Amino acid sequence: MSAPAEAQLLEVSDLRKWYDIRRGVIPRVRGHVRAADGVSFSVRPREVLALAGESGSGKSTIGRCVLRLIEPTSGEIKFAGRSITHLNRRDLRLFRRKAQMIFQDPYGSLDPQMTIAEIVAEPLDVQGMVSGRKDRRGRVIELLDMVALGPEYADRRPHELSGGQRQRVGIARALSVGPELLVADEPVSALDVSIQAQIVNLLEELKQRLNLAILFISHDIAVVNHISDRIATVYLGRIMEIGPTRRIIDSPRHPYTEALLSAVPQPGLERRKRIVLTGDVPNPAHPPSGCVFRTRCRYALPACAAERPPLREIGKEHYTACIRDDVFISATTPKLQRFDGIETQMEPVE
Amino acid sequence: MTRPPPEPLLDVRRLSVTFMTRERDIAAVKDVSFALHQGETLAIVGESGCGKSTTGLALMGLIDRGRGTNVTGSIDLVRKNGTRCDILGMDDRALRGVRGNDIAMIFQEPMSSLNPVYSIGAQVIEALRQHQDIDTRAAGEKARALLADLGIGDTNRCLESYPHQLSGGMRQRVMIAIALSGNPRILVADEPTTALDATIQAQILELLQKVQQRTGMSMIFITHNLGVVGEIAQRAIVMYAGEVTESLPVSALFEHARMPYTKALLRSLPRLGERKSEKLAVIPGSPPNLGNRLSGCAFHPRCEYFLKGRCDAEHPGLDRVGSDHAVRCLRWRDLEAVA
Repeated sequence: MSAPAEAQLLEVSDLRKWYDIRRGVIPRVRGHVRAADGVSFSVRPREVLALAGESGSGKSTIGRCVLRLIEPTSGEIKFAGRSITHLNRRDLRLFRRKAQMIFQDPYGSLDPQMTIAEIVAEPLDVQGMVSGRKDRRGRVIELLDMVALGPEYADRRPHELSGGQRQRVGIARALSVGPELLVADEPVSALDVSIQAQIVNLLEELKQRLNLAILFISHDIAVVNHISDRIATVYLGRIMEIGPTRRIIDSPRHPYTEALLSAVPQPGLERRKRIVLTGDVPNPAHPPSGCVFRTRCRYALPACAAERPPLREIGKEHYTACIRDDVFISATTPKLQRFDGIETQMEPVE
Repeated sequence: MTRPPPEPLLDVRRLSVTFMTRERDIAAVKDVSFALHQGETLAIVGESGCGKSTTGLALMGLIDRGRGTNVTGSIDLVRKNGTRCDILGMDDRALRGVRGNDIAMIFQEPMSSLNPVYSIGAQVIEALRQHQDIDTRAAGEKARALLADLGIGDTNRCLESYPHQLSGGMRQRVMIAIALSGNPRILVADEPTTALDATIQAQILELLQKVQQRTGMSMIFITHNLGVVGEIAQRAIVMYAGEVTESLPVSALFEHARMPYTKALLRSLPRLGERKSEKLAVIPGSPPNLGNRLSGCAFHPRCEYFLKGRCDAEHPGLDRVGSDHAVRCLRWRDLEAVA
């Protein structure tokens, strides 16, 4: 790992995105949906940070705020040391040369009327990065080649492509301006298993070749495990735990991370006792007091309701927002069962 | 596990479903045969377009025949009263007596299966009264008990709610309640957890297993997720391009699968224990377009063991590997010798 002094590519501090709830005949703000509520993290150059969590956790909101596709309510976002929170339109456009997005739905995110070449070249035109048709065509072919699509795809339209091929087009479009940061919002969730692996590997390859940093947003912690350097688990708009991938997977310290890992159905394992969370994710308009996870947490104490637990450092680059050190140290996760080279967590002894 | 009785509850023989379009015939399901025993869970696994959902719909008699759709084969069902019937040979009226009472189905997206303008209570009560000769009040009581059984805490509030007011997990519980209202002996579950979050998916799987233990019903679990198969099913059939490519006990699935497709699918699955540096195994290409008929084995363009002149020429039959294991591959014997 790198020295702590290394400059961060992306720094997010205390990011909040509250959506107003307006009700009544004369609409007035009656409350807020706290989609992101005090989120801080950073991404180094060439690093993959994953945001993992369930739907409604706010992970997509965070990703969109980072690119200023939506405006944060408060907090600061710095890119390469420079705040982007208050950029004007022109500077924002220049910023988008450095940071781009890949979307989940490869069907909805490509304009069906445009050819693949037009789709891939659009950011280049917007940014004024090509001169003339020949130059543009050359760049498009090059970009398609980068995502392993032949030049024959350039003149086709999205409906002629399979889901995996469309996602490749989405990636080529994002790469067209030569970004340093990609925000990938569930880039493989809509794809078949055999195609998921292709896209994950492609992103990994491109990351190496182009020195990309990626903010990888996914609900599937098993997919995340294959591509990320660090993982942050997100619940109700807050980071529960953040740390190096191996530590999060092998020895999670937050009960939510534990439950998320336990919920992943794993092939080839002996049937194990699962930690099944009871209930649903609470309404983000009325989050529980104190620790937001406490209503579904099997280790919750009365003290958990009192105060919002801050992220505490518990190891190298490993932070957790949980006050219960005791249960984990004494009872749970270090006891890993090895089976067919796969490590899994055992049900803790109570 | 008790030994399954020799007579299966459901016996599917040579089921084929073909959709005829102006340009070409699309064989969505080709010659699929399997049996389901009392209390057993059978998983039908495959990627999109492999025919798994069409098979599920056919089991419910939900494929509209005529008008360019051709369904052949037989689906023999042993009904609760002990009589046998062939679902494919029944008219709508007769089918109505079978659906819900003998065989029920739940779907992937519970929102689109529930009626948005009726309360949950109205919908569960309607289902109960369809299947049981009881008045609305008694049905209301039963609905409450049924929902409570399915782990819904505040049943009164749930009954008064409308579908959009419930979360995905709750909606799926309601769908399960409706499916169970006629005490069916077979539940066909088509990707029931795919649209749900991981932690809610775990809840629903556990719930289905509990219901099964209590009622002894059989289940056909249609999914693309091999991890889920390992947790819930005893037998699995893997489908590709409308055909069964492998059929085997789940205990053998992860270690002793023979078909290259099954093995590749297993390898491409992201796992928690692997080091990040290990690349995911990839199946090149994409699932086939059913409109384009391929000669030979349907998987040959993507198979790493493809043998020119053989795999692209000869269509493999379903070979018996053991007493309860069958595979559709020309080369499984050679491949085993190599391994």
